[in-house]
Amino acid sequence: MKQRSSFLLFSAALALIVAGCGKQEAASTGGDTIKIGMAAPLTGTQSHIGQDIKNGTLLGVEELNAQGIEIGGKKVKFELMAEDDEANPAKATTVAQKLADAKVVAVVGHFNSGCSIPASKVYADAGIPQISPGSTNPRYTQQGYATTFRVVANDDQQGPAGATYAINSLKVKKVAVIDDSTSYGQGLASAFERTVKAAGVEVVAVEHTTDKDTDFAAILTNIKSKNPDLIFFGGIDTQGGPMLKQIQSLGLSAKLMGGDGIQTPNLVHLAGDAAEGTIASIPGLPKDKMPGGTAFLDKFKKRFGVEVELFAPMGYDAVFALAEAMKKAGSTESAKVLAELKKVQFNGVTGPVAFDDKGDLKNGPITINVVKGGKWVPVETINGGANPAPAK
Amino acid sequence: METLLQQLINGIVLGSVYALVALGYTMVYGILGLINFAHGEVVMVGAMVTLAVIKLLAGSGLPLAVQLLIALGVAIPACMALGATIERVAYRPLRNAPRLAPLITAIGVSIVLQYLVVLIWGRGYHPYPELLPTTPIDIAGARISPAQIIIVVFSALMMGALLWLVHHTRLGRAMRATAENPAVARLMGVNVNHVITMTFVIGSGLGAIAGILVSVNYSVAHYQMGFMLGLKAFTAAVLGGIGNLAGAMVGGLLLGLIEALGSGYVGDLTGGVFGSNYRDVFAFIVLIVVLIFRPSGLLGERVAERA
Repeated sequence: MKQRSSFLLFSAALALIVAGCGKQEAASTGGDTIKIGMAAPLTGTQSHIGQDIKNGTLLGVEELNAQGIEIGGKKVKFELMAEDDEANPAKATTVAQKLADAKVVAVVGHFNSGCSIPASKVYADAGIPQISPGSTNPRYTQQGYATTFRVVANDDQQGPAGATYAINSLKVKKVAVIDDSTSYGQGLASAFERTVKAAGVEVVAVEHTTDKDTDFAAILTNIKSKNPDLIFFGGIDTQGGPMLKQIQSLGLSAKLMGGDGIQTPNLVHLAGDAAEGTIASIPGLPKDKMPGGTAFLDKFKKRFGVEVELFAPMGYDAVFALAEAMKKAGSTESAKVLAELKKVQFNGVTGPVAFDDKGDLKNGPITINVVKGGKWVPVETINGGANPAPAK
Repeated sequence: METLLQQLINGIVLGSVYALVALGYTMVYGILGLINFAHGEVVMVGAMVTLAVIKLLAGSGLPLAVQLLIALGVAIPACMALGATIERVAYRPLRNAPRLAPLITAIGVSIVLQYLVVLIWGRGYHPYPELLPTTPIDIAGARISPAQIIIVVFSALMMGALLWLVHHTRLGRAMRATAENPAVARLMGVNVNHVITMTFVIGSGLGAIAGILVSVNYSVAHYQMGFMLGLKAFTAAVLGGIGNLAGAMVGGLLLGLIEALGSGYVGDLTGGVFGSNYRDVFAFIVLIVVLIFRPSGLLGERVAERA
């Protein structure tokens, strides 16, 4: 009996503390609270990328709050509602509905193209603007929804940029292409394939794997027999790492090239020496070449105690694009914000941010990186917006 | 020619991995008529425990071979204990329940184990140290690494050792008796519970070694690695005739070869209509065809369905 009453007392005390916390927060706000949604894979094999985006957006929200933004003459406070889509398309739509039901003004997300595309219907139906920090599949902005935006170059820009580098700088004659059967991987690989073919480069093999496989011996052996100068892989680091190891052990001389999905420290971590010389394109300028680059990297490190992985600057810029649109609109109504978002123009951390009529980033620059001495080193920047290949 | 040889090597290595894991499925099925879906996860735990031990020993300055022996000395007993615990906690209480119940429990155990590993080691892909020499050797233009040779030789040895165990030891005789009729075996003085526990212990010990070999070969380990591997190994066991030790080996090798040759040549033979993405499709088509003509698998014996 005594034990039970002390338990009751404890829970009552806990309830008081929790209630107290809530009250304190509400008191300090003063103005309206504006909810901004965020969705990315916060758990799972891509959690390192998702957490990075979440931290980037959180940093943006915290800075806006510190600046004390006024919208329509009223002081407002932003609040981030972060949701985990587990890189799973089905989960992504559930999470999107949850954000829509919570009446967020806008959403920064998702990361995977395979998640952003199905989720975009939910946001479009609810009239909520969606800015993806990392989805590069062209289809995302080509579905006819007015609510889709992205702050990265898409694969119709990224794939050709990689191809341009392969043709002009590496002077390749024969290439093999592998994709991981995801929206992202297939989109990137086929954009690359189209561009090299158009330039008269021979595509000797087109192979497919999945985003869960770690055995590529059979397809690599087939590729080896055709002796290409370069292997292009549309996929992410968790497959790229073991693939590089197997390329080395099967004795292929061709280098591996990929997109932003393999341009991570994790790839080098997984592949070790075998990563040396691997080439990857990544939307945006090199982290330290971004207009707000080094300052951002320092701020990020100070706030979270970790280095920027990849997409944090894009998440950060997405938040500022939204704030800019809200200020212009003088409102936090999704419809009015949406109208202004189309006209937004400002200098973000990643470079000038402005959207074209489909919601794609205008003139998104693309940087080619190569692994040298176990580190990704930028070697060339290609302006992706200059010469995008026509989409299918 | 070189390419064909390389694809055959790829297939045999992959097939030996399947065979090694399939032995664990087939042993349990042979005795209990139970498909232990958690076996793939035991394989994964074996890889993870070894990785953890190696990481602990990393700064010790011991030679790699000694480190590997210590890691094996921890991982194998750990997996054996895990196997015995799974049997005691999840399967024994359901031994006389309808067959569907232990099957569902097995899937449950498999999920529990995956997420236990997530809690301890996280969801990331872990790079696996080169515990065995992986510098490839050239054979007529094709390449095979010592680690891969060890995988092939080890699977064959293990199958041989298990066959010997089952046919030439006291425990083996007790196993065969239990497989035939547990009730009669018990009347003859066989400690059936002990026999079943030993089956799980041996199978799980093998699983631990399989996990290490697979991870060394692909130089990566993650919490979901056991799932697909388990499914393929189960397919291999069914293909060869589940419950039959030699069948697990035959089924594993066959499946590995079909996958390697399938994804290697299908694209070229069909002029790009079917690509390497049809790899699993071909493997399962072969399984279906075999099951239509030989429902008990290639080497399986026709046995009356147990009640």
